[in-house]
Amino acid sequence: MSRNGTSGKNGRLDVRKTYKMLVGGAFVRSESGRALDVEAPGGGWLGHVCRASRKDFRNAVVAARKAASGWATATSYLKGQILYRAAEMLEGRASGFREVLQSIGLSPVAAKTEVSQAIDLLVYYAGWADKYLQVFGAVNPVATPHFNFSVTEPMGVVAYVAGEKRPLLDLVSGIAPIVVGGNTVITLSTGRAAVAAMELGEVLETSDFPPGVINLLCGLREELVGQMSSHMDVNALVVQGGDEKEHTASREACALNLKRYFPRDPGGKGDEDPYRILDTVEIKTTWHPVGG
Amino acid sequence: MGADWGYAPAPESADHFKLKDHYGLFIGGKFVPAVSGKRFKTINPANEKVIAEVADGGEKDVDKAVKTARAAYDKVWRKLSGRERGKYLYRIARIIQERSRELAVVESMDGGKPIRESRDVDIPLAAAHFFYHAGWADKLGYAFPGKSVSPIGVAGQIIPWNFPLLMVAWKVAPALACGNTVVLKPAETTPLTALLFAEICQEAGLPEGVFSLVTGAGATGAALVNHPGLNKVAFTGSTEVGKLIQKSLAGRGTKLTLELGGKAAHIIFEDATIDQAVEGIINGIYFNQGHVCCAGSRLLVQESVEEEVVTKLKARMETLMVGDPLDKNTDIGAINSKAQCDRIRDYLKIGEEEGAELFQTQCSVPEKGYWIRPSFFTKVAQSHRIVQEEIFGPVLAIQSFRTLNEALEKANNTPYGLSGGVWTDKGAKIFKVTRGIRAGVIWANTFNKFDPTSPFGGYKESGYGREGGRHGLRPYVELS
Amino acid sequence: MSTISTLSSRFNIPSHPVDEVGIKERVARLATRSIKKFSKVEGLKLALSMVDLTTLEGADTPGRVRQLCTKAIHLHSGRSDLPMVAAVCVYPTMVRVAREALKGTPIKVAAVATAFPSGMNPLAVKLEDTRYAVGEGAHEIDMVISRGDFLRGDYARVADEIAEVKKACGKAHLKVILETGELGTLDRVRLASDIAMEAGADFIKTSTGKIQPAATPEVVLVMLQAISDFFRKTGKKIGMKPAGGIANAKAALNLLVMVREVLGPAWLNPDLFRIGASKLPNDILMQLEKERTGVYQGGDYFSND
Repeated sequence: MSRNGTSGKNGRLDVRKTYKMLVGGAFVRSESGRALDVEAPGGGWLGHVCRASRKDFRNAVVAARKAASGWATATSYLKGQILYRAAEMLEGRASGFREVLQSIGLSPVAAKTEVSQAIDLLVYYAGWADKYLQVFGAVNPVATPHFNFSVTEPMGVVAYVAGEKRPLLDLVSGIAPIVVGGNTVITLSTGRAAVAAMELGEVLETSDFPPGVINLLCGLREELVGQMSSHMDVNALVVQGGDEKEHTASREACALNLKRYFPRDPGGKGDEDPYRILDTVEIKTTWHPVGG
Repeated sequence: MGADWGYAPAPESADHFKLKDHYGLFIGGKFVPAVSGKRFKTINPANEKVIAEVADGGEKDVDKAVKTARAAYDKVWRKLSGRERGKYLYRIARIIQERSRELAVVESMDGGKPIRESRDVDIPLAAAHFFYHAGWADKLGYAFPGKSVSPIGVAGQIIPWNFPLLMVAWKVAPALACGNTVVLKPAETTPLTALLFAEICQEAGLPEGVFSLVTGAGATGAALVNHPGLNKVAFTGSTEVGKLIQKSLAGRGTKLTLELGGKAAHIIFEDATIDQAVEGIINGIYFNQGHVCCAGSRLLVQESVEEEVVTKLKARMETLMVGDPLDKNTDIGAINSKAQCDRIRDYLKIGEEEGAELFQTQCSVPEKGYWIRPSFFTKVAQSHRIVQEEIFGPVLAIQSFRTLNEALEKANNTPYGLSGGVWTDKGAKIFKVTRGIRAGVIWANTFNKFDPTSPFGGYKESGYGREGGRHGLRPYVELS
Repeated sequence: MSTISTLSSRFNIPSHPVDEVGIKERVARLATRSIKKFSKVEGLKLALSMVDLTTLEGADTPGRVRQLCTKAIHLHSGRSDLPMVAAVCVYPTMVRVAREALKGTPIKVAAVATAFPSGMNPLAVKLEDTRYAVGEGAHEIDMVISRGDFLRGDYARVADEIAEVKKACGKAHLKVILETGELGTLDRVRLASDIAMEAGADFIKTSTGKIQPAATPEVVLVMLQAISDFFRKTGKKIGMKPAGGIANAKAALNLLVMVREVLGPAWLNPDLFRIGASKLPNDILMQLEKERTGVYQGGDYFSND
């Protein structure tokens, strides 16, 4: 797909896509009215994406919080179904996605690999939906006449800053363990990766995710990370990449409400690590007497 | 004849052991004075008498301790097989059992808690904690399927004064079992059982430097947290200090777990087993003078049984005996320190100024020492400070509710999320409410139960990480 | 006989569920009370004054009952500071003998009635049994509830029967034996306690002594809580009598602790608290002698009556 061509084949003028962010199930522009130029890989102009403001992030948190309890209590079976549905939707648009990825600089082979891996990763986490509790939960043999068990529960609202290296996979590999854990998520994509992210929004929106469960923003990392780390209604922050200065500032800001903070190395090493699900869930332990 | 029948004093004997006049820091397997030569006094809060003097550790002492811990980690502990590590922990567990009465008496003398609790709860649980974790040391691979497990390194641990020895166990047992070495700072008002624990490590033959103890106050703790040689910091204490620690570690790779404050809701439904629920309230807020981070400090009682519950609660509270912690019949001991006593008194004043109604029992309290009679407030609003803030004393705030959803809403309307309680005889409702409370430990038809196999820790501003159970190992291992 | 249909209007028994583990924890905590020195001596004497000294054997004879009555009056030779027991508890045919033997003392005579211990007789027979015992001079009647009726859910019949027996008692006090060892759960102990009190019991009593388990601390605690609730609701003080298996001084002191902390000091007298026992007094006497002399005692120095 070409963004800078003024005319296509047969002299027909292309209908361009306006990339919008996904917030609370709706496709929105930044409330600030600002946009960012996306540079084409070989130089030149590729298109516009929104430049989310702190207010956009706040709105997304409100949407994510609103969706949190519904998604948290949705059955594991349903969560698995919806994640699998997302894989199906992505598979259905695989060729389009390959084009998008190529347009933002991936080689045809790399684009193909990345789309396939993203689909497979969604399927992988769909399968975890009704299993990680069995693997990571526990029944604890306490020394008193009580039944005692530990289960995972979602933390609530999680913010995620995606890297740019793997435009689609960095985003999907962050979202999947967060939402399969029952959290709602607000993601930030930056640079050219924002184009892939906004494209993914259209896939997710048709995958039966309830509105507000996944909210996709794009904008400037240096502008928004500080908002994400300091917001008092965000329970955890997961970031890919970032320098030491950013991490230090984020950890400090996260201390405001003891937000959980998880920096992750860019790259695919832990994509299929179910322990990532554990990062953004809490362990709840319940006691009850055993008697007559 | 019967109407005035009561209980004669039944003091636990303290003549079967002898405390030293002063204690040093425990570094590299030896007791040593602080580099500065400074000491501070630890007093018995029940009579304000000095029990012993304790070395006041400074930066140089902390540095020494961390360095010996590093050396012990590199040269000894990380190389030791899990099986052998476990055997040291088993030894420690056994020695705690053998010295249990001495430990219980010292715990009550130094911290003010009733001997009934230190004898029946703190010390046995501390031993159980070592026993439980001893068995994990050579089985860690099974705790983390699909992962290879290794220790983190040197852990700096800071513990509070409410369960002095038990907190030593909660911190030290998993750290050592997972192959880490430890530098621990106990609270300045309750250092004695931690010092006895250091003796126990000597008796157990624990290699030098695997466990070190630096006594002191906040400055000592700050020196420990800020020492660059730590790979891991574990802190139990106030949310305020927890946030400061997270900030001060922000620029370092040091791992951190926090077990902080709470303001737990204790929900009583009309279909509860009311008499047992009342006992649950008592255990929830008057256990350990209310110096419990997971205390059930907010009572939410369904309006239809509010009067019955409050009436019964008052009657039960009047049977609570406040006084000498070493008396076997004492239910409520001394407030841990003058500072804490003043703080609780301030809250009692604040509650009344906010318009809440204070009830306190009639029991007599000794003249010397720090005491607060069991207390509760009625006519409180969600916005009152006595509902929002952690008092850490025997002070309960009572609110009523009409419906399950209202109860949950009030229960969760707090930045804390450490624990919660629910009483109802209806099974389905138990699961709905225990799921609905946003907290890490939920007691249903019981309260304030602890066990080494049971993970403990909070949601939200009550901290992160778990202690106890399989989940309690996670903060002390690297997975790859 | 009054009809079952009248029950709902006469007896309003709300549900009071009981949690077994919670009860056990409370019992364990009460058991940690350490009773030493003067409170031990005073408590043991108090316990003696609350004993219903009991003989309920098929082999009971007037001679045996007279001997027991002597013990009831003179618990231990050489000690003038000891109280007499509260009552002597016998079968109906022994009431007259006991009355005679206890003449001039404040010691009451209690009779088990209503086809004790099984209660497996028609109501008419039970009422006649009661009237006979009262006629013989019993101050107190210890009746058994119909556990069969109770267990099959016919609470109305159980309640009506108690009410009828109460009428037949006239001025005699009625103690209602729940036979808790046959009820199965603490919830049922609580329900039976509530029914008995609503139906007119002056005392509720745990057991006949013929079935194990009998007066476990758990059962006693549940019954004390029922009495407490009944008092809160009606203002009436119902008495409590644990019986069966209470054989040593420590158990007796533990009972006093429970009464004191659950019902309050107002219940700590023989009008409202009794202990049904046969062997208990001697163990208490041994403890009292130990406190007096400072040396542990042997059974040969105390009369087995």
